Amino acid sequence: MAEIQTNDHGSDGKKNKQKKQTLRVDFTPMVDMNMLLITFFMFCTTLLKPQTMNLNMPTKDSVKEEEKQQVKESGAITFLLGGDNQLFYYEGMPKDEKTGVDHYNDPDFLQPSSYDAENGLRSYLLKRNTGTYEKIQEWKTKLQKQEIPDSIFRQKSKEIYDEAKNNPNLIVPTVIIKPTDFATYKNMVDVLDEMLVTNIGAYAIIDLQDGDRYLLYKKTNDAKYLSEEQLAQGIDKGQK
Amino acid sequence: MSKVKVKKQSTFIDMTAMSDVTVLLLTFFMLTSTFIAKEPVQVNTPSSVAEFKVPDSNIMTILVDKQGKIFLSLEYQQDQVIETLRAVGDDYGYTFTPKQEESFKKLKSFGVPMASMSTFLEMTVEKQDAYMKDLSNPRVGIPTDSLEVKDALGVISKDNEFKRWVSHATQIRDEARKGNPDMAELQIAIKADKETNYPVVKKVMDDLRDMRKNRYLLITNLKTASSE
Repeated sequence: MAEIQTNDHGSDGKKNKQKKQTLRVDFTPMVDMNMLLITFFMFCTTLLKPQTMNLNMPTKDSVKEEEKQQVKESGAITFLLGGDNQLFYYEGMPKDEKTGVDHYNDPDFLQPSSYDAENGLRSYLLKRNTGTYEKIQEWKTKLQKQEIPDSIFRQKSKEIYDEAKNNPNLIVPTVIIKPTDFATYKNMVDVLDEMLVTNIGAYAIIDLQDGDRYLLYKKTNDAKYLSEEQLAQGIDKGQK
Repeated sequence: MSKVKVKKQSTFIDMTAMSDVTVLLLTFFMLTSTFIAKEPVQVNTPSSVAEFKVPDSNIMTILVDKQGKIFLSLEYQQDQVIETLRAVGDDYGYTFTPKQEESFKKLKSFGVPMASMSTFLEMTVEKQDAYMKDLSNPRVGIPTDSLEVKDALGVISKDNEFKRWVSHATQIRDEARKGNPDMAELQIAIKADKETNYPVVKKVMDDLRDMRKNRYLLITNLKTASSE
């Protein structure tokens, strides 16, 4: 392969003798060097480009109004991210101001869940988001196949959410994520990830409130969830 | 009498094909991969299904390690990066020599309080790396505790150094964008470790929200079927 046959014509011209010379280039050092370079590239570079997840936090100024608005909606689901990868959720509000129903002492109000895909929060959210999920998913597959650009997908999904919101037969879940101080960053990202998977339109990360702390304490019997004020009031000793 | 004929065989192996393959592999690696960015702390990002790629430029990455130490990496126009350094230095009454500014330009990411910045910038690159690796040192990581600071006009503000960096970086960027509408907005990316406790991340986000920065990119790994 790496040979070049050269025809060396004699200089005297009389006999015109053809001398066959083989020019062979040894490629072994070249291969050595290439292997070295490949090893270098394999160790020092990465093929994976990190991904990013967009997160919009509510502004601090209007956080209270927004919170109120969201909690008022009947489709609100609140996730409480506890320590040791525990996850809890409740639907609606702990205390309904209109009807006056108080759920604080209802042991089944706060439901346990998990980060597990099969029977954890994903299956639960999929159940809650039926109707809207399928519609969005249809466009999502199109986006993944690169049939439509990102802008059209966003426009379409906005249309679907708006339509679902105005449809009285559909309950569009609004998810409120409340991580406790014992949750890890991974827990937070996992929950946000499930929002993307299950095509939840509206979700927000909101600070934990005293009511949620109380619910968590009731459920887990762990006083670590309570705030200092609550401990000072003696809530952990059975008062409310 | 027949002699045993020893056939002379050449042991020459033709390496051309092999060389072709290796060159091809090399080209592949060179074109598809990106260099692992040198980071002071090893951060294991959580995985997610999100499929947005991290932009290569016009981004300010906030690196949060397990203990909550904060490192910044500024990836936008170099003159603006230097301007940011000057502005933050100015707030705390530090000025930098051209040599130190040059050294700052070369930094991929940094995490030192303003008080030690000039000594840090005087160090060689190896020493800088070694300095930032020592996480037990309280002088590593950008401080996020609020101290009362008097600025040039004598106004006391309670901004911490981290906030100062972010606000100056975005301000300088916004000023530059006024003259040049094609310039992209500076995006804020948060790169935190899986194991980081939520209060640490919350503190970072709260500080950002104080400055009305409400949109972030959370840097994650792509979730593969096996990691699910």
